[in-house]
Amino acid sequence: MSQPLPSDTTSARLPLRELAQQLRRFLPHAALLDTPEDLHPYECDGLSAYRQLPGLVALPETIEQVQQILRLCSAHRVPVVARGAGTGLSGGALPRADGVLLSLAKFNRILEIDPLNRTAIVQPGVRNLAISEAVASQGLYYAPDPSSQIACSIGGNVAENAGGVHCLKYGLTVHNVLGLKFVTIDGELVTLGGKTLDSPGYDLLALFTGSEGLLGVIVEITVKLLPKPERAQVVLAAFDDLEKAGHAVAAIIAAGIIPAGLEMMDNPAIRAAEDYVHAGYPVEAQAILLCELDGTNEEVSEGIAQVRTLLTNQGATEVRTAKDDAERLRMWAGRKAAFPAVGRISPDYYCMDGTIPRKHLATVLKRISELSREYGLQVANVFHAGDGNLHPLILYDANKPGELERTEELGGKILELCVEVGGTITGEHGVGMEKINQMCVQFNSAELTQFHAIKTAFDPHGLLNPGKAVPTLHRCAEFGRMHVHGGKLAFPELERF
Amino acid sequence: MSGQDCAKDISATIVAAAAARTPLAIHGSGSKRFLTGAIDGAALDVARHRGIISYEPTELVLTARAGTPLREIEAILAEKNQMLAFEPPHYGPTATLGGTIACNLSGPRRPYSGAARDFVLGTRIINGQGEILKFGGQVMKNVAGYDVSRLMAGSYGTLGVLLDISLKVLPRPAREITLKFEMNADAAIHQINAWAGQPLPLTAACYLGDTLYVRLSGTDKGVRAAHIKLGGEHDSRSDAFWQELREQQLLFFAGDTPLWRLSVPSAAPLLDLPGNWLFDWGGAQRWLRTSANATEVQRAAGAAGGHAILFRNAGRPAPAYPSNAIASRLASELRRAFDPSAIFNPALSLT
Repeated sequence: MSQPLPSDTTSARLPLRELAQQLRRFLPHAALLDTPEDLHPYECDGLSAYRQLPGLVALPETIEQVQQILRLCSAHRVPVVARGAGTGLSGGALPRADGVLLSLAKFNRILEIDPLNRTAIVQPGVRNLAISEAVASQGLYYAPDPSSQIACSIGGNVAENAGGVHCLKYGLTVHNVLGLKFVTIDGELVTLGGKTLDSPGYDLLALFTGSEGLLGVIVEITVKLLPKPERAQVVLAAFDDLEKAGHAVAAIIAAGIIPAGLEMMDNPAIRAAEDYVHAGYPVEAQAILLCELDGTNEEVSEGIAQVRTLLTNQGATEVRTAKDDAERLRMWAGRKAAFPAVGRISPDYYCMDGTIPRKHLATVLKRISELSREYGLQVANVFHAGDGNLHPLILYDANKPGELERTEELGGKILELCVEVGGTITGEHGVGMEKINQMCVQFNSAELTQFHAIKTAFDPHGLLNPGKAVPTLHRCAEFGRMHVHGGKLAFPELERF
Repeated sequence: MSGQDCAKDISATIVAAAAARTPLAIHGSGSKRFLTGAIDGAALDVARHRGIISYEPTELVLTARAGTPLREIEAILAEKNQMLAFEPPHYGPTATLGGTIACNLSGPRRPYSGAARDFVLGTRIINGQGEILKFGGQVMKNVAGYDVSRLMAGSYGTLGVLLDISLKVLPRPAREITLKFEMNADAAIHQINAWAGQPLPLTAACYLGDTLYVRLSGTDKGVRAAHIKLGGEHDSRSDAFWQELREQQLLFFAGDTPLWRLSVPSAAPLLDLPGNWLFDWGGAQRWLRTSANATEVQRAAGAAGGHAILFRNAGRPAPAYPSNAIASRLASELRRAFDPSAIFNPALSLT
């Protein structure tokens, strides 16, 4: 992809080769990588279109080692990019040629499970799903479930404020983390929160969650655990019109029901998923809704009956309740496999992550289909309908000259559309490197300046993940000019509330 | 929707105060002044910046100006059978939304549905340079930029003036009942935490005077089934009880003995401190009436993995929070990043 490399430069005072020598004084030999073949696996994260070999890769095993690494990097003004499992979709862990990639992969232990307080203390490299697996025998689980939960790390989840399909009812990462330990760029260890529900002083826990590695390096996390619901049940409804499906979502919410999951797919996504996993989806439908309720047996029974009636009244052409858990999982399989399913029908696809107020769904999807025609690129849409988080998947072929660039431009247009209707350029994937230009659309220069001031409070020399998440004003000025030249967006003061 | 937007006016006041380095004491209705005591500085009235800007029941989002009375917000939500699920304490009939968020105050439902900060989706604020800034928005999921909106919750006006706040709202449960169980304090702490680890429709739990009060909320059948499972005696005046608890109107809160708030892990064993106890939030928020000295109370809370503050402070300066030097330095830097001229509530220390 026409990769927007971090634009601001830092001025390292020490060649990386000499830094490596100093790091070797306290890091085991295998914990520092500097040959091209060793560095290669770290050149990208889940957004593989953006690649950059890191200068060095450090794989510390202890908090003390992290502190020493950061102290050295700080003293010599060397940029540091922290990395968890590398599954992020926004290029947040894209390395720097002039810096150290700090992998937290060896911080992979669950330190404590406290069933009565319903908390777990974990290291940042622990996989999201591993937490739920470790506490399952206690009847507990960790609620946020990003689709990559089998592979993604909890440290990365905190850095990105990861979501998932159950956010509307159970919240994002920020609602499910009680405490953190992080190391500052100067190598100081700071503890935030713990097992209590609040802490004195500023809510730095909220500030850190979703800060994309720009403020500190997270080395320990205390998460909240929830009791596993007694029962979960899903209803599938088909619609011959997207707008009707959108109204059905509003009707469910208006009736006072908060589903555990409420997902929508459009026709291209339905067809791709059905061809791939044979979930039994109605392939003629313009939209399907998957509505899952959980809770006690009695609550779920009552709720499902109510949801079925609502969906029928909203004009669903078919309403189907999973008869057993096997059917429930089959219904979900299609949704969960939507990305790889689209991957099968197109040489490449590009996943977007905007959030919109749900009432604008029909308008936004219509505009997306217009843009899709204009750019000659097919788009399939999957949608966390309950919380308004839209994932348009743009189908393209990287081998066709110019298609990549058109895809990227179309993606940018879709994100700007989300902002225009009062939404945001990223619901759960983060800004990283990928959406850095669109930040200039969502925020004005005073707001961006405030973000930079926050960054400076924690990292005065701008060494932690520089160039990501928050664009420089200079970059925005250039981006703005580019758009004015294109004659498509005059960079107006957009209403965001 | 009615009300008035005083953002420009407030901004102009701040610009002038920053230039002259005049401290400002931000106030809404004054209902929570007892938390901090009087604050030195020229009064900056934000209660006049009021009115509900938008309310979309099917989006589960309400946006209102900071000076909007909580009562007004709760009334409009009730019309659509929705609520502020963090059950904010008012501490007075005139309480405003801005004060509630600035103090991050939450009621009995907090451990089961979240704190005030958890429901904040977006804010419009004015920083110490008088700039009007928007963060977050009106959607459930938004990870663009730092989460400044949630940072504002609990910052007591020291980072900026809250102008508008967008909140996630939730449907009211169809049915709520309260059950009573007689047991000793040790048993109550264990029992309520054991129940909280099971799939039950719990929405509040309080222990007072040998009785554990448990609230169940949900569908009619769901609540009934949970009642059968838990047993216990049905308490018919349940709504009044939880409201009096939230507003500190129970007899426990009367009188002059200092009132301490201890925030500890919910299952923490009983603390060895003299005085009378009330446990709320399923054991995670413990109120103590005691004449014990501050150091003793704070040390005991710290040893249990939590912290303690003197709550109804009658205007006396609050004892300093126990904290470490690095965290304090970062908090000071952060404050400076928002308010470089140190004009917002400068006498208040959150570091």
